[in-house]
Amino acid sequence: MSASELIRSSAAVMAAKLAAGEITSVELVQAHLDRIAEIDGGERGIHAFLHVNGEEALAVAADVDARRAAGEELHELAGVPIAIKDLIVTKGQPTTAASKILEGWMSPYDATVIKKIRAARMPMLGKTNLDEFAMGSSTEHSAYGLTRNPWDLDRIPGGSGGGSAAAVASFEAPLALGTDTGGSIRQPGSVTGTVGVKPTYGAVSRYGAIAMASSLDQIGPVSRTVLDSALLQEVIGGYDPQDSTSLTDPSTGLADAARVGNVAGMKIGVIKELHGEGFQAGVENRFNESLELLREAGAEIVEVSCPNFGYALGAYYLIMPSEASSNLAKFDGVRFGARTLPTEGPLTIERVMGATRAAGFGAEVKRRIILGTYALSAGYYDAYYGSAQRVRTLVQRDFEAAFEQVDVLISPTTPTTAFKLGEKLDDPLSMYLQDVATIPANLAGIPGLTLPGGLADEDGLPVGIQLLAPAREDARVYRVGAVLESLLEAKWGGPMLNQAPELATTAVAAEEAN
Amino acid sequence: MNTETILSFEEAMEKYEPVLGFEVHVELNTKTKMFSSAPNVFGDEPNTNVNEVCLGLPGVLPVVNKKAVESSILIGLALNCKIAPHSTFARKQYFYPDTPKNFQTSQYDDPICYDGWIDIELEDGTVFHVEIERAHMEEDAGKLTHMGGSTGRIQGADFSLVDYNRSGVPLVEIVTKTIEGAGSRAPELAKAYVAAIREIVKNLGVSEAKMEHGNVRCDANVSLRPHGQEKLGTRTETKNVNSLRAVENAVKFEIQRHAAVLDSGVAITQETRHWHEDTKSTTSGRPKSDADDYRYFPEPDLVPIVTSAAWVEELRATLPEPPAERRKRLQADWGYSDLEFRDVVNAGLMDEIEETIAAGATAAAARKWWMGEIARRAKLADVDPAALGVTPAVVVEIEKLIASGAINDKLARKVLDGVLEGEGTPTEVVAKRGLAVVSDDGALQTAIDEALAAQPDVAEKIRGGKVQAVGAIVGGVMKVTRGQADAGRVRELILKTLGVEG
Repeated sequence: MSASELIRSSAAVMAAKLAAGEITSVELVQAHLDRIAEIDGGERGIHAFLHVNGEEALAVAADVDARRAAGEELHELAGVPIAIKDLIVTKGQPTTAASKILEGWMSPYDATVIKKIRAARMPMLGKTNLDEFAMGSSTEHSAYGLTRNPWDLDRIPGGSGGGSAAAVASFEAPLALGTDTGGSIRQPGSVTGTVGVKPTYGAVSRYGAIAMASSLDQIGPVSRTVLDSALLQEVIGGYDPQDSTSLTDPSTGLADAARVGNVAGMKIGVIKELHGEGFQAGVENRFNESLELLREAGAEIVEVSCPNFGYALGAYYLIMPSEASSNLAKFDGVRFGARTLPTEGPLTIERVMGATRAAGFGAEVKRRIILGTYALSAGYYDAYYGSAQRVRTLVQRDFEAAFEQVDVLISPTTPTTAFKLGEKLDDPLSMYLQDVATIPANLAGIPGLTLPGGLADEDGLPVGIQLLAPAREDARVYRVGAVLESLLEAKWGGPMLNQAPELATTAVAAEEAN
Repeated sequence: MNTETILSFEEAMEKYEPVLGFEVHVELNTKTKMFSSAPNVFGDEPNTNVNEVCLGLPGVLPVVNKKAVESSILIGLALNCKIAPHSTFARKQYFYPDTPKNFQTSQYDDPICYDGWIDIELEDGTVFHVEIERAHMEEDAGKLTHMGGSTGRIQGADFSLVDYNRSGVPLVEIVTKTIEGAGSRAPELAKAYVAAIREIVKNLGVSEAKMEHGNVRCDANVSLRPHGQEKLGTRTETKNVNSLRAVENAVKFEIQRHAAVLDSGVAITQETRHWHEDTKSTTSGRPKSDADDYRYFPEPDLVPIVTSAAWVEELRATLPEPPAERRKRLQADWGYSDLEFRDVVNAGLMDEIEETIAAGATAAAARKWWMGEIARRAKLADVDPAALGVTPAVVVEIEKLIASGAINDKLARKVLDGVLEGEGTPTEVVAKRGLAVVSDDGALQTAIDEALAAQPDVAEKIRGGKVQAVGAIVGGVMKVTRGQADAGRVRELILKTLGVEG
């Protein structure tokens, strides 16, 4: 198998080849590092990575190979490389949250998920780009430059986790970690033709994920197949005593669920409010195709109504900025990260904090801090934060009622395919609407998965299908997702990413640019 | 420098009625901090007892210290509070470098303990019933030291040093309801209240309870209103009152200051005041209004604290005897007079005396040693008597040596010297220093003969019947034997030598 074929395999296949001794982890990691060197840099490069961790990744790979050669029992994914969203803290690599305020910051500790990745001996390829502090739906809000969508280099890769999704879509990594507060794993997955899962709130420890909105944030897997996401969630999931909100009884048997292979007799609910008006025609067409395939496979498709979802986006844009304004208060230049001194006037602590935050945060971060600070202010709290929390309860009740009727819910992941770079930068409301279908799951804490549903007729760009299940029932989205994936791939004659354009080498261009 | 005009306390009392309120912060002595596994130790090198959580680094999450919750519940139970079956934390948000996250995690809407009371007994036996509004959990801030400038405060300082060892130390804040009707006893009540809280948390074993270490810190709220007026006056909150005497003085000063301000027809500014021990006065801090906007909201990183009735009852069963009741019981057991007992309490030696008696000493002997020789030496060394290095066992052993006649009181003090210098147990010190009473009659007789020969006139007086003159000869013998003789036996032998009946 050539290196270019190897990197297009699923993580499960890579793991099997490693276990069988057909390839070494060093070869596998090197093939991915070569791919990154080939297409990530330069003016027209993907720019999925903010930091490439080649040396350490190769050292871990060599260690895995030696252990395997010595006959040691290893984790199933040992030696399979992974990319890490740069919102998750790592020892030995900078963690920036794509913000100037954390430029070059080295965490003295590992996130819990990173400890688990290390324990499984998965080589970390590097840190991936994102919207600054995960605030955005296009990765254009990164302080370190945009990331391009491998399907069309002039389009956004989604956000905030555009780097992780683009890395996986362009075969720079078979697996990546993302974080999802309102859709930051699923929306990039949708527009890059990849798989991404937001697990049940509390299924994966948040310890070491730089918080945007604590009650909504969740770390999850990014991959090219449903099974790969299931395997990765099994690595990173589980109770963590360092995260009070982590579940003591999270869902298990995720990979097994992805291997069940049938949906006969399952009831699948189409959320009336999350398709149709406001959704691109090509998105709607692919969505209806998936419904038809599931129906043919023996699932019962019914329509359910979630009447309060219309208020979800508004509630989200009060709760998220409120929590974010508080979580981001610690970035003040006093103890860590960048410090900017005022250019004139006295050097008081308030003025240093102010100058640091003015220089260190980008426009979208400032917008959300201001919104949140306002929403929590005395006299406004009840009207804004309080009302939003009541809407949150109503959204949860909508889900409860829906799941009394059906096993899983289904919708398009995003209303449109990938939009053009720069198109929505001056129109935050339109940007926020990208997350209209993904936000309800965060408000309710339930699991959501996106998988490729085909290409839209009008633009030939990926469409994502979202599956939702009740809290702790992550296994259900993997089961249904894997079945739909195999039905679609049978129809297409292979993975959807086979239809993505070949990416030109940018390595030379990168050198010239330097 | 204090430039405030104040009224005499008596005049202030004639015109106004003081209303008090206290917020007492108690630092818990848990092994680790409120929300992190960093050690909770006082006095270590700055910024060594920290980890990523209490430094508020990116990505960290808090976890509630269960032991701190239990300590809080114990405090609540000792203050006759109700314990909330369900309580939450909130974020109190303000930018200040002693607070690493730029918010303090504290309880706001629903404290773990609420609606309690405590009876405070003043020295003359008057009892005030003080109602407790709430006792809630929170984390301490780091310690700022402002360098340069004359006041030690941030204004005018050249730079500030911050020690995050204290950042995240568990605190329980005990808040009273407004205390009315104390009248001229208000300063005394303030001191007694804080003393009672300190005693309770010490007795519970949940805090080191040392005010000088900031383990117990009091913010004293004072307002005045004309006699007969229902409506409360504007209050001030005096901070930095770090001793019982300071609490008393600060309340007294604020009453006098308020009275002068009100008398001049000016309204009191609602503000924090800072107490200055050197000038025994307060100065204006920052203005504080009820509209201070801390943008409180529920802490999303922590799940609610659920206290089952079974857990609360389990903790209640471990409550020690309340300090006031214990004092009554001990005074009766020991048979001390009110004055003697109060001196013991004020010296902070009740525990030591209790242990000494339990180890076998009589109540009188325990008091004699602790309140006498040990207290005297502690004062010279400027340490707490309990910290001097004398254990109850030492006192008991010395007492036994005296009772057996092996040493006398004067030698006992030398034995104590030896013990404090690390020479071993009292018995070992007696052996090493050769401090045993000279009981060899032959050796004593020689010394007596010499003393009589040296003072023939005194010997003559004694022979003539002036038995009380024997003291001079005894003194001479004691001098020759360097105090190591049993004075009673010496007297006996002198009289026998001179053929006089004692």
